[in-house]
Amino acid sequence: MLSAEGLHFRAAFFASIRQFFVSHDFLEVDTPLLSPVILPEANIVPVSAGEQFLQTSPELYMKRLLARGHHRLFQICPCFRSEEQGRLHLQEFKMLEWYHLNKNYDQLMQDCKELICFLAAALKKQFPAVCHSLDLAVWQKITVAEAFAQYVPVSLEKAIQNDTFDELLVEYVEPQLGIDGPVFLIDYPAQMASLAKLKADDQTVAERFELYINGIEIANGFSELTDAGEQRMRFREEITRLSWDTSMPERFLDELDEIDEAAGIAMGLDRLLMLFMAKTHIDEVQSFAPKER
Amino acid sequence: MFTASDLRKGLKIQIDGQPYIVTDFEFSKPGKGQALYRCKMRNMMTGNQFSKTYRSGDKFEKAALEERKMQYLYNMDNEYHFMDVKSFDQIFIQKENLGDNVNFMMDNMEIDVLLFDGKPIDVSLPIFVNLVVTIAEPWAKGDTSGNDTKPVTVETGYVLQVPPFVEEGDKIQIDTRTGEYVTRVKE
Repeated sequence: MLSAEGLHFRAAFFASIRQFFVSHDFLEVDTPLLSPVILPEANIVPVSAGEQFLQTSPELYMKRLLARGHHRLFQICPCFRSEEQGRLHLQEFKMLEWYHLNKNYDQLMQDCKELICFLAAALKKQFPAVCHSLDLAVWQKITVAEAFAQYVPVSLEKAIQNDTFDELLVEYVEPQLGIDGPVFLIDYPAQMASLAKLKADDQTVAERFELYINGIEIANGFSELTDAGEQRMRFREEITRLSWDTSMPERFLDELDEIDEAAGIAMGLDRLLMLFMAKTHIDEVQSFAPKER
Repeated sequence: MFTASDLRKGLKIQIDGQPYIVTDFEFSKPGKGQALYRCKMRNMMTGNQFSKTYRSGDKFEKAALEERKMQYLYNMDNEYHFMDVKSFDQIFIQKENLGDNVNFMMDNMEIDVLLFDGKPIDVSLPIFVNLVVTIAEPWAKGDTSGNDTKPVTVETGYVLQVPPFVEEGDKIQIDTRTGEYVTRVKE
């Protein structure tokens, strides 16, 4: 549980994020938390609420708003994912998502850098004693292929073939990332593209990245796949791997066709707050941790 | 049955017919990836340790462990005999399976015995035991030769370092977790 000062710090953290995006001409939106349909992703298990689902991410509705021609959107909201609980996971957590029309993932990486540097300066100024100084001088990029070659005793091809990509990433790669300043792990294999667009000049990788600081994954961003036909095929594949029932998000797919190019990102705010407060467990930055409820 | 989501530090599970205890645990889930349950485990019979990462669907059997309160009776030919205080059943455990515990076990002492599949695999002693010193070099009061401790032997045959003022016939308290002297006990 946060102390009184910690609660003030958390509030200032959220206020500074809003200040950043508003000053960069983003529109703050709020979209439904409760929805009859969610985007099917095999590894994300939703929390059911009656006949509907609590959102696992605001992505579906954020993109439907983009399709209506809004250029820059952001949202801070709770997200719910069943069965996720640990040092870096909560079943209910705070997500920041932002989207650009007509941009790609390079813009998002630039945004991350500006946002986190802005937050560091703003919070240090208001809370010099509480705010931990992060090493933000050098921001690096490394591709997934490079990271595997450098840190993992098994080749990336073998890892994908044997379905051990996640285990090897967690065991060998993640602990190395973001130790001497933030690192973007970029260009995920096409098999892990999720809702990302494949690279125009290399269809084996997707324009997707994860931001790591101190070995902790902070954000996942990508150039959005805007081809509704291709997206439908990927969803169909995901749906066969789901352990719950959901229907094809038809309205989403219909409106996705209206988007030419876009980029979007989801950032785990509790984890970023952990870094600024030098905490090691996500429970420590909550008003009420699960065990205190 | 347990599933991977039940894994946590201290959970006792059975793998290939052997009991294991989870000694370290972390949940992780790389972006858009699988939920992973990373464990360090110790085989409760052999003491062997290993690390393994499990996924959501993995299932485990509960280790067939049972803890029973027993009274230590006596030892003969390296067999240590115990009696269940409720059922009066008697069992014995080989000396080598008791490890350092034999240093602190006195006749009639009550001990928790852990059984796997009905077979005893471990005992847990009280944290502190009081034992009588049977052999000690005499201490000349005022000796300032600078020795902070001296070795003594207690009634179980165990030898440990104690302050120089401890004498033969004294009762001393020993921490069974470390095997170290705690204090002299006045009757």
